[in-house]
Amino acid sequence: MSNTDFVLALEDLTVSFDGFKAIDKLTLYLEKNELRVIIGPNGAGKTTLLDLICGKTRSSDGSIKFKNQEMSKLAEHQIVRAGIGRKFQTPSIYENLSVFKNLEVSFPRGRGVFGALAFKCDKAVKERIESVTAEIGLSDQLETEAGLLSHGQKQWLEIGMLLMQEPELLMLDEPIAGMSVRERELTAELLERICKNRSMIVIEHDMEFVKKIAHKVTVMHQGKILAEGPMEKVQNDPRVIDVYLGH
Amino acid sequence: MQKLRNWLVTSDLAGVIVLALVIFAVMPLTLDIFRLNLVGKYLTYGFVAVGLVMLWGYGGILSLGQGVFFGLGGYCMAMFLKLEASDPESTRIQSTPGIPDFMDWNQITALPLWWEPFRHLPFTLLAVLVVPAVLAFIVGFAMFKRRVGGVYFAIITQAVALILSVLIIGQQGYTGGVNGITDLKTMLGWDIRTDSAKYILYFVTGGLLIAAILVCRIVQRSKLGTLLLAMRDKEDRVRFSGYDVANFKIFVFCLAAMLCGVGGAMFALQVGFMSPSFVGIVPSIEMVIFAAVGGRMSLVGAVYGALLVNFGKTYFSETFPELWLFLMAALFIGVTLAFPNGLAGLYESYVKPRLARKRETPAKSPPLQGALIAESAATQRTVGRPAGSGTAAPSGSVGNATA
Repeated sequence: MSNTDFVLALEDLTVSFDGFKAIDKLTLYLEKNELRVIIGPNGAGKTTLLDLICGKTRSSDGSIKFKNQEMSKLAEHQIVRAGIGRKFQTPSIYENLSVFKNLEVSFPRGRGVFGALAFKCDKAVKERIESVTAEIGLSDQLETEAGLLSHGQKQWLEIGMLLMQEPELLMLDEPIAGMSVRERELTAELLERICKNRSMIVIEHDMEFVKKIAHKVTVMHQGKILAEGPMEKVQNDPRVIDVYLGH
Repeated sequence: MQKLRNWLVTSDLAGVIVLALVIFAVMPLTLDIFRLNLVGKYLTYGFVAVGLVMLWGYGGILSLGQGVFFGLGGYCMAMFLKLEASDPESTRIQSTPGIPDFMDWNQITALPLWWEPFRHLPFTLLAVLVVPAVLAFIVGFAMFKRRVGGVYFAIITQAVALILSVLIIGQQGYTGGVNGITDLKTMLGWDIRTDSAKYILYFVTGGLLIAAILVCRIVQRSKLGTLLLAMRDKEDRVRFSGYDVANFKIFVFCLAAMLCGVGGAMFALQVGFMSPSFVGIVPSIEMVIFAAVGGRMSLVGAVYGALLVNFGKTYFSETFPELWLFLMAALFIGVTLAFPNGLAGLYESYVKPRLARKRETPAKSPPLQGALIAESAATQRTVGRPAGSGTAAPSGSVGNATA
């Protein structure tokens, strides 16, 4: 394919597990500063799609281009270094380390063995940690052991760890699962703030939440795209109502 | 006294200093040279245990083949010493004078080419570090890049231990076979069998061990140390934060291997021989027990673990030779079940809170000097308090300590 302005371009992406096609010839384009929400019934391949983009699962066919650079053959850490950050479904933080350390480790410097040995937590790092903790609302919890945070705070911490890396593409897998109503509101505000200068892909089931944050919605079903467009359009699509939203 | 308590509870280096006092003051003042030489031998296992704290405690990588690296370091040193002991003058009754005696017995008539460089001390000292590190790098690269870990990695290290010991025993003419390399006499003309040499070697071993602990402490406090803890906890998160996880594992495996190599070399110097009985599966597992008993999160604790288990081994194997292996097994199972963080864990959860509590109500105060000795003597007697805040620890406090 030729070069495009899209941040992320997936074309004919396919992955099969023992003949079962979890993702089947999927094509998807993501624009700069776009917040895309992917919805769909269980087993539609949403998480698998994120796994493919971040390199956790290898595609069988098709291409993944990030800023016109092919990603599908790169190692996971190279994909991260290219600017793709991914949050896992369950909070994936270092429970035994403090909030500060969790963020410090995520700072994108000293990523080699000897770089890590020589790494100094200087002013730039501390300032970034301060601004990120202010963003995720954990400023007064810097020294708290991450394992002691509430579920919602853990989710925010993981988002914060990704923000430390200033990724150009941020992928979140069900960020508000298990959160209280208040926490959901705060998360929606957080996502609105942080998508200002980056593209995002969010997987979510909560339709109220999706309405609030989505620029565009993609509905997946059986490894394929069923519908795509603004929320109102997708919501009224009879096929979507049929397989996912219900009557 | 109160100051001392404060310091023991809060200072990061307290445990290391107390250990240094035990090694450099208490042991030499209370033991005769025969026993001191034994302690020196145990301390060489301390290097292995310290390496295992980094590898297993911090990195979460259990290697059951550390004896391989201990053996390689030991053999490098033993080869140098053996060549020096095999000068043509003292081997003139052999059919080929000037080569090690076991080669002569195996009808070998010329020194193998790969033995030649070991005539030189600088090369040997380098080899003590580099040979184990290179093997660790090869094994580590092959395993960690393919994401082999956990039990599978442990089994493979066992296989490596078995392979190396079989190789050494099989290649009798080149390695001395099952007897190993024996009758080591001098190092650059300095007789290592005399009492004064044993004293000096003991202190050199102790000094190197303290230095090794400090180096490991620096690594632990760097971002690399934090990353090791993070990897143990959530490997995928580290990987998806832009780190090549395998490289960090390879590094810590090589670091542990180099420490083993130093231990092995000091062992060969102090004991005067090296044999495949320190390479195989059983000694490798014993080494893991040292670290487990001492506390796998504590550098200092691991050294006490090595000392204690070896004291026990010497004592029990003299008194109840048939029972020793069972006792050892019981010790390992008991420690793992009852106090998984070893002696250091016990210190952290029982002794340290007490010390901390007493800070508020100062007790009677003997002179500082006396207190110090008493403190370290107690450490030695009970081995129940492998002191030191930074040394020990539930991983949480380690993480926070440096924040």
